[in-house]
Amino acid sequence: MKRLAKVLTAFAGVMLSGAASAAGGHALPYEYNADVSNVASLQRGARDFMAYCSGCHSMKYLRYNRIGKDLQIPEDLLKSSLMFTSDKVGDQIHSAMPVDKAKTWFGQTPPDLTLETRARGVSWVYSYLRTFYVDPKRPLGVNNLVLPNASMPHVLWSLQGWQVKVEHEGEHAAEGHHGAPLKLVQQGSMTPDEYERFVGDLVNFMAYAAEPGKMHRTAVGYKAMVYLIVLLVLCYLLKKEFWRDIH
Amino acid sequence: MAIVPNPYKTTGLLGWIDDRFPLTKLWRDHLTEYYAPKNFNAWYYFGSLALLVLVNQLISGIVLAMHFKPSAAEAFGSVEYIMRDVPWGNVIRYMHSTGASAFFIVVYLHMYRGLIYGSFKKPRELIWLFGCLIFLVLMAEAFVGYVLPWGQMSYWGAQVIISLFGTIPVIGPDLVVWIQGDYIPADATLNRFFSLHVVALPFVLVGLVVAHLIALHEVGSNNPDGVEIKKHKDPETHIPLDGIGFHPYYTVKDLVGVAMFLIIFVGVICFAPDGGGYFLEKPNFQEANPLVTPEHITPAWYFGAFYAMLRATPSMFGSALPGVIVMFGAVLIIFFLPWLDRNPVKSIRYKGNLTKIVTLLFAIDFLMLNYLGMQPASVLYTMLSRIGSVYYFLFFFLLLFIHNFEKSKPVPERVTG
Repeated sequence: MKRLAKVLTAFAGVMLSGAASAAGGHALPYEYNADVSNVASLQRGARDFMAYCSGCHSMKYLRYNRIGKDLQIPEDLLKSSLMFTSDKVGDQIHSAMPVDKAKTWFGQTPPDLTLETRARGVSWVYSYLRTFYVDPKRPLGVNNLVLPNASMPHVLWSLQGWQVKVEHEGEHAAEGHHGAPLKLVQQGSMTPDEYERFVGDLVNFMAYAAEPGKMHRTAVGYKAMVYLIVLLVLCYLLKKEFWRDIH
Repeated sequence: MAIVPNPYKTTGLLGWIDDRFPLTKLWRDHLTEYYAPKNFNAWYYFGSLALLVLVNQLISGIVLAMHFKPSAAEAFGSVEYIMRDVPWGNVIRYMHSTGASAFFIVVYLHMYRGLIYGSFKKPRELIWLFGCLIFLVLMAEAFVGYVLPWGQMSYWGAQVIISLFGTIPVIGPDLVVWIQGDYIPADATLNRFFSLHVVALPFVLVGLVVAHLIALHEVGSNNPDGVEIKKHKDPETHIPLDGIGFHPYYTVKDLVGVAMFLIIFVGVICFAPDGGGYFLEKPNFQEANPLVTPEHITPAWYFGAFYAMLRATPSMFGSALPGVIVMFGAVLIIFFLPWLDRNPVKSIRYKGNLTKIVTLLFAIDFLMLNYLGMQPASVLYTMLSRIGSVYYFLFFFLLLFIHNFEKSKPVPERVTG
């Protein structure tokens, strides 16, 4: 039994060593853990995504009625406040922007965002949305800390306001709760705390959109674990019974 | 020797079948009267687990193939369709993607078991060779399968691996076009890889598994003591004294292994299907784009060690051919193990300390190489990869003579505990 435990530890070790070392990569100014179980936050995020993002960005793998079902939004509300480009609840979210024109306007077509949090990571998207800063050298006057020379304008400026980059990064980072070397010079309609929550809701919704089945699979997982542990005990007892006469 | 129909003289429906098909004979020969040594330890779970994972891959794969579209325009979207619109599609897809990683973990442990207990030694050389062929086909199967979701890493991983064939002198460049069916990996590549992945390679794989098992049942299983249980049979029943019927003894024991495995496997599927970015890599959530190269292309984690050896080998005359030879050599040398290991003692338990040390080092070396293969190249890592690659091959040659410099322990006549 001891040796068995050793082998299993080795086995679990191999399986998990990947998980442990995968976190590396670039250091991001902000870390964020998405919470896809907070339905109220997801609803706000869905509303804000439709209002501020869906004009340019599609979520072409997500259907409106899937959002309605998962986020407990009734169909009439879904139609009146979330659906701007379609009146069929079974449709996927397509952006209002003509693809060919987008390329001339921004230099590239705004990417589809269905899987963005899985492709880039939740913290990356969260940091990206919080680290736009004024940069007169860029064609649209803004730049971004985590995606230098981003071609996206600071769509959320009216909410966040304008930030500028502060030199002497080390000094500033030590100061307080702002992880990025940025300073708010002109506040928008939201306080920094409100904007932080706003981005949190948005990223929660995007994390939900990247994998709507996540809640279901984890719920299934807990039940499966209980079943399998019972199965393991029964199998072990069965084995013990059969092997009683083997010495 | 003539075949006697129904040698066990069964009657009724079973008798009717046995008169026409050796059902009872097969059942007894391969299960109830296949005598396995009674001293198997936990290492021996990985054989039956490999079979379990194979079945998991076949069944989940069949369902996935019902919904997947093997075309460059539709593949990526159809995977998301499976993840979202097919009932339980996400679980089935994760069963398949996690199953691929689990397959390699189980097979690597199964191979290491064979290595430490000398399960490849006479008379089991063919079991080992069939096993090596299974490993080789499994690598091909995993590679073509990895391309199918048509994400960025699928695409660029395919690009890198296929271009290896381009290093072969004279025919290389034409060979690459022939494999791809185009000048770059494209729709034709995806379509033919789908065919290989769901028809040709699984067919070969299952055939080799059958051959592996037939060879095993012909000569009997080895065991952690590396002694032949057939040497000591009961004079009357001719049953090996240390043997027990595979069924029910090992079927019930393997069930315990299966339950333990499923706890980990289902745990990963339900709680961490990305495997921390190793089982499902982040760039693969972006659709393949021939114009944008991901900043850091890595093969799937299970090829890490071989990829590290490829990268560690310096180019010669501007060609990466030496690296390709080293990489394929690293797989092929495993085939020759039965003839490279000259130690008369089978099991590590009774071998001398030198062999124990080099064998443990080999395991550590392989894990290190696998890690290095996943990391971006740096001066230190390249150096370590080179040392690791040299040791990988050195190990096989050490086995030729290292036992002459150590003292083995006496091998018991019968199995122990």
